Amino acid sequence: MNGVPVRLEACAKTFPGHRALEPLSLQITGGETVVLLGPSGCGKTTTLRIMAGLEAPDPGGRVYFGDEDVTAIPIERRNVGMVFQSYALFPNMSVAQNIAYGLAVRGVDRRERGPRVDEMLGMMQIEALAQRRIDQLSGGQRQRVALARAIAIRPRVLLLDEPLAALDAKLRETLRIEIDLLLRRLGITAIYVTHDQSEAMALGDRIVVMNHGRVAQIGTPREIYQRPVDRFVADFIGTMNAITEGDGREALFRPEDAILTENGPYRGRLVKAFFLGDRVRLVIEGVSERPCIIETADRVAFEPGSPIAFDLRPGALLRL
Amino acid sequence: MKRFSLGFALWCGFTLCVCAFLVVPIVLSIMAGLTFNIFQGITSGLTLTWVFKVWDLYRDTIWLSLLIAVCCLGCDLVVGVPAAYVLVKAQSRTARLLEELLAVPIAVPGLALALALIQTYGAFGGFRKSWTFILAGHVLFTLPFMIRSVIAVLSSIDLQALEEGAASLGASFWQRLWGVVLPNAMSGIVAGALMVFTLSVGEFNLTWMLHTPLTKTLPVGLADSYASMRLEIGSAYTLLFFIMIVPMLLFMQWYGRPRTQRVAAAPVTEL
Repeated sequence: MNGVPVRLEACAKTFPGHRALEPLSLQITGGETVVLLGPSGCGKTTTLRIMAGLEAPDPGGRVYFGDEDVTAIPIERRNVGMVFQSYALFPNMSVAQNIAYGLAVRGVDRRERGPRVDEMLGMMQIEALAQRRIDQLSGGQRQRVALARAIAIRPRVLLLDEPLAALDAKLRETLRIEIDLLLRRLGITAIYVTHDQSEAMALGDRIVVMNHGRVAQIGTPREIYQRPVDRFVADFIGTMNAITEGDGREALFRPEDAILTENGPYRGRLVKAFFLGDRVRLVIEGVSERPCIIETADRVAFEPGSPIAFDLRPGALLRL
Repeated sequence: MKRFSLGFALWCGFTLCVCAFLVVPIVLSIMAGLTFNIFQGITSGLTLTWVFKVWDLYRDTIWLSLLIAVCCLGCDLVVGVPAAYVLVKAQSRTARLLEELLAVPIAVPGLALALALIQTYGAFGGFRKSWTFILAGHVLFTLPFMIRSVIAVLSSIDLQALEEGAASLGASFWQRLWGVVLPNAMSGIVAGALMVFTLSVGEFNLTWMLHTPLTKTLPVGLADSYASMRLEIGSAYTLLFFIMIVPMLLFMQWYGRPRTQRVAAAPVTEL
């Protein structure tokens, strides 16, 4: 499969009474995995549905797949693969029939369908489930069937709407890695919607952070984490501390950039220490208005109430 | 082992009494239809004479009832299933209001419905005199049951997600309808169909007002036989009615039973 570039031009969406999406322009290169990340109601799912053809953008917005303007083409003729949060598997069909459905409605010959379904079952490692009914599957198995069904039609673009949100944490992590490997192997253009920042960091070549129907920042996971453009992005991704500098300006730093040292310039009092196993998370007050959160791998016993001093790694301070 | 308490025994006894109260008249009625002479009782001997007599006198009403029930079911399927689909899909307040209005033909007495039909269409002689006039009344009365039954099933599945899923795979509207929507609504359609059929076969209130001497249905004929024939004939008629309707009711019970989870049979392994 070859990745097709996707381009949105000034796509806005107004529902009766409220603006779900401000005019958005976005360019996605072929084969790239882009994650739309943000809190609920930020417009990420609306953006995905506009790409899919499930919603039409407000007049003036255009959607391109490669050079083709697909704005007026309904979803059934856009040739996209879509994975839904609720999986949307057909309860009246077996696993194999679900996977074959897209091929069947396209009129693909029965003899050709069989091998393609087998290939998909193999790729997702669910050969043993081929004849099962959907209500006999676990959440993780359903997710795999949904993926297999979406890629069986060899779509131009793969759209994933919070595909792991309904699963438990451990399984989410396993499947996240699998989806990542699958997307790399297929080389398909993928747009992935999530509100989970660690999922976004793990999967995205680029992350589009959204808030209140607008793009807050677009960048690689590293850029988003290390150089957030505003307070919202800084707070939404990971933990961020704020301190006031001598000139009254605010500066930010990440918990892992602090180094405990007796004569460090930042001094406060320990409120609470959380033992996390590989590191300890310390809540310190007195450094700035709000308590600071820092992390250390030092194997020391921390007493609440004791004085704490720390320094920051060079370049860790961020001024917005 | 826990011994049955006195309370449990009393409860069982009470339940059996209620059952007997309901079942005994039915059994007596059936027996009356098979008894040679009801006034002499069962000692006069059992016979099928009355059943054959009913068949001779009233078989037209039985055929007409079946014809009307089948046609009524056809109309309800053609009108009711699409209507339910549209009502579930439409999120507007008008749709919710329409859904509530559907209860009106159920709540209004059949006699009033029939009167309204006669007042409106009574002047169309050909229509008024034909059995299709009764059919119109039956459709009016049974349609809400079909629509409600289908709505209940369609609301319990995530219809929008299923349709969007099918559309994303390239299915056109008709492909989605036949391949995904209807098969997943089938349990509601079958339940509604059985209900409509049995209601139509047994409908009396409306039909009694709408019928002409030439368009008598089974329940109307039954009333007629009770009023003007020997008690044994009326009872034998009831027996025939039971033979028609009980298999439908049994199937309805069987179809509506809670399904056992087939998951238990096949081991589910978490991936």
